Amino acid sequence: MKYVGKGIVKKDAKALLSGKAVYTDDLAPSDALTVKLLRSPHAFARIRDIDVSKAMLVPGVETVISYRDVPRRRFTLAGQTFPEPSPYDRLILDEYVRFEGDPVAIVAGRDEKCCIRAMKLIKVEYEVLEPVLDFRKSKDNSILVHPEADFLGHTELGTDNMRNLCASDFSEEGDVDRILSECEHVVEGSYHIKAVNQAMMEPFTAYSFMDTYGRLNIVSSTQVPFHVRRNVAHALDIPKSKVRVVKPRIGGGFGAKQTAVMEIYPAAVTWFTGKPAHLIFTREECFINGSPRHEMEVTVKLGADGDGKFRAVDLYTLSNTGAYGEHGPTTVGLTGTKSLSLYSGFEAHRFSYDVVYTNVLSAGAYRGYGATQGIFALESAVNEMAERLGMDPIKLREKNMVHEGDVLTHYYGETASTCALDRCVARVKEMIGWDEKYPCREVAPGRVRAVGMGMAMQGSGISGVDVGSAQIKLNDDGFYSLLLGCSDMGTGCDTILSQMAADTLGCDIDQIVVYGVDTDQSPYDSGSYASSTTYVTGGAVVAACEQMKKKIVSCASELLGRDKEELSFDGEKVFAADDEDICISLADMVTSLQAGSAGVLCAQSSNTSPVSPPPFMAGVAEIEIDLETGKITPVNFAACIDCGTVINENLARVQAEGGIGQGIGMTLYEDVRYTDKGRMMTRNLMQYKIPSRMDMPPIHVEFEQTYEKTGPFGAKSIGEVVINTPAPAIADAVYNATGLRFRTLPITAEMVLKGLKEKGSR
Amino acid sequence: MKMQAMLNGRNVEAEIAPDMMLLDFVRSQGMKSVKRGCDTGNCGLCTVWVDDKPVLSCSTPALRVKGKKITTIEGVADEAEAFSSFLAAEGADQCGFCSPGLIMNVLALRKENPHPSMDEIDEYLSGNLCRCTGYQSQRRALAKYFGIVEERK
Repeated sequence: MKYVGKGIVKKDAKALLSGKAVYTDDLAPSDALTVKLLRSPHAFARIRDIDVSKAMLVPGVETVISYRDVPRRRFTLAGQTFPEPSPYDRLILDEYVRFEGDPVAIVAGRDEKCCIRAMKLIKVEYEVLEPVLDFRKSKDNSILVHPEADFLGHTELGTDNMRNLCASDFSEEGDVDRILSECEHVVEGSYHIKAVNQAMMEPFTAYSFMDTYGRLNIVSSTQVPFHVRRNVAHALDIPKSKVRVVKPRIGGGFGAKQTAVMEIYPAAVTWFTGKPAHLIFTREECFINGSPRHEMEVTVKLGADGDGKFRAVDLYTLSNTGAYGEHGPTTVGLTGTKSLSLYSGFEAHRFSYDVVYTNVLSAGAYRGYGATQGIFALESAVNEMAERLGMDPIKLREKNMVHEGDVLTHYYGETASTCALDRCVARVKEMIGWDEKYPCREVAPGRVRAVGMGMAMQGSGISGVDVGSAQIKLNDDGFYSLLLGCSDMGTGCDTILSQMAADTLGCDIDQIVVYGVDTDQSPYDSGSYASSTTYVTGGAVVAACEQMKKKIVSCASELLGRDKEELSFDGEKVFAADDEDICISLADMVTSLQAGSAGVLCAQSSNTSPVSPPPFMAGVAEIEIDLETGKITPVNFAACIDCGTVINENLARVQAEGGIGQGIGMTLYEDVRYTDKGRMMTRNLMQYKIPSRMDMPPIHVEFEQTYEKTGPFGAKSIGEVVINTPAPAIADAVYNATGLRFRTLPITAEMVLKGLKEKGSR
Repeated sequence: MKMQAMLNGRNVEAEIAPDMMLLDFVRSQGMKSVKRGCDTGNCGLCTVWVDDKPVLSCSTPALRVKGKKITTIEGVADEAEAFSSFLAAEGADQCGFCSPGLIMNVLALRKENPHPSMDEIDEYLSGNLCRCTGYQSQRRALAKYFGIVEERK
């Protein structure tokens, strides 16, 4: 293997690192109208009247759009395969505003200044309504977030807008209550995971224009170009053939850009006025109108026998989807599927959930997508069980964890075809020096160091739903163009997929020219989410390249007059196995195809997988706590990951380190907070702190490779699994250091100090 | 109002609004490497040099640096590549959106302190946020660039 497994430099590295104009905002036409959004100051209100006449008179203003001007056709902004599980519960602009910041009017004009002046002149008369802000009180509340008659949800997913339910489900195998009642040890707890913001460095941004053929073109920083095309066409009630979406380089997504939070606004302006339009969210807008992680409360009951063998588990998740249902019905499922399946051998298990509407910002997709919340809860419960049993938490896991060949507990009946979780756990134990450090030690007066651990899994794409496609074309001199429909958002999938193509075709990686997404040209791909690009799109790339090789040999067979079976292809030339003089180079073959002989060598393939093989990992956090101040300082993090074959060692490592960094942030300080009136308090990077380099401990990452037969070159996924271990690991380390058990994230110095004081006074 | 400056070695003059920020001015002059990542001076993406010292261009009114020398990564391409090749070799570029601001600050650090310790580096660059990498791969690249032998803690 010349490229697969190596730390190949990203194909776009040079452009990115020299500051080339490659992002959406850099490419927007200078004559585009500036678009701004007037937003609701209320968490819940009905617009009694809106008067835009004065705003329209401001010099430079081109148009002001209110709810009266848009099609009354409900849709979802979730970037999901059609038919989307998320309810159709929003309009471009609605008579009702359902969270503080919900857009009320779209203003477009010559520049930002005239738009802001116009926004101040829009007269809105609100009928202020009482909001539902506590997600624990939303189900069956008399206040309905979506009372509208044209609400369209999936009853089979438990959606019921008359009960504030975005989704609801219940499943049970075995008699959970009976077995729990028989268990010698039962641990029960509710774990509260807050909404957190992806805080990708590039804000949400898009611009739009009409092309020569009267079609609406949208250039957007999106993970899901094909879904944006469908969403926008649906919302504007125009045919999809009228819409083209292009994705340039993306400055980070982490799931935030799997919801089309803002493309529709410039698109509507362009469609109504015929003029180019450009919208870039301020950082404040990224906070108040983004797509954060679903706040969830996960209640776990875990039962074990006297030796610590798990017998039954009951998991109930209450999820807060906020004002709209984007990703509401789907994120919640992962709290069960991707936590319970870390263990095998349960005699009974139950998983149920409710996803409720409230009058806060709609949640969305964030790396981990529900698994993060479920894993924090279950892994914390397992750590509590270890304490109850007086057993080392690693030993307890060795007794119960899933092994290769086991049927996964709650995972669509799938078997763990590859699983090195046991090796990962053994390895992190060595890496951190667990036996010397567990549970804690005093390093200086008033300063304690402790360790804690957690395990994690995720999927590799959505089985039977996600589709990845690749198209490859042979060009002059024998170079290839590789057209992809998945979005490289900085992760490096364009490079990783080129590595696979180069190794399959036996060519130099520079011979592969890769094209990012243009919905007019790229083959359909469901998009970059659910840890799918390497596994799902990678499968399509390998299949397309295999086809290409066959076509090359077949073409050479005609040109050389020899049977295909007698010929070999080494990446540069096709030759007869028995006589190397009978040979044609790829370059000569293309030349002959381009003169007087019709034929283009082109291959394409789509891939969808009936399974979603989970990557697994183990993580250990070492922290130091200052008992005087409660300050928690992570000092080390060790992680070992089974992501199948590592395709690009550098990029896989950076995925792991970056995901762990985000996990540390959400464990210790990240928290989307609201006032009691429903106004978001964390509206910028000063109020919402993300980790700086001063906050990051050394993160040690190793891989325990397996070979997943259904994956390209044996690969599984890595993008999401890596965010899931810091929360349970750090929470248990805090307990080991202080004896304080925190079941709510983030765990702040204030909470620790308060806990220590209460404990001291007892 | 009239703005004049030496931008990457070239004299530029333009009629601008009195409240235009340096970030918007350099972008309007084609220096698209300079990014806006926040509204509050927290992220470091907009770092440029004014008279060879790093400043946050989002929080600097353009007219305050009238007549001065402004440098963006476009103006120090070779110097930047001497460091950025280490970032690329680690896969630390990732989405790349924070890279130009980071690189400008790293080059400024080198001028001020050619042999910093890793702690000094972390502190100097603490205002350059990155959401992709968890900073580890940046640290590896920085250690190589500054010739620091990393010790594993």
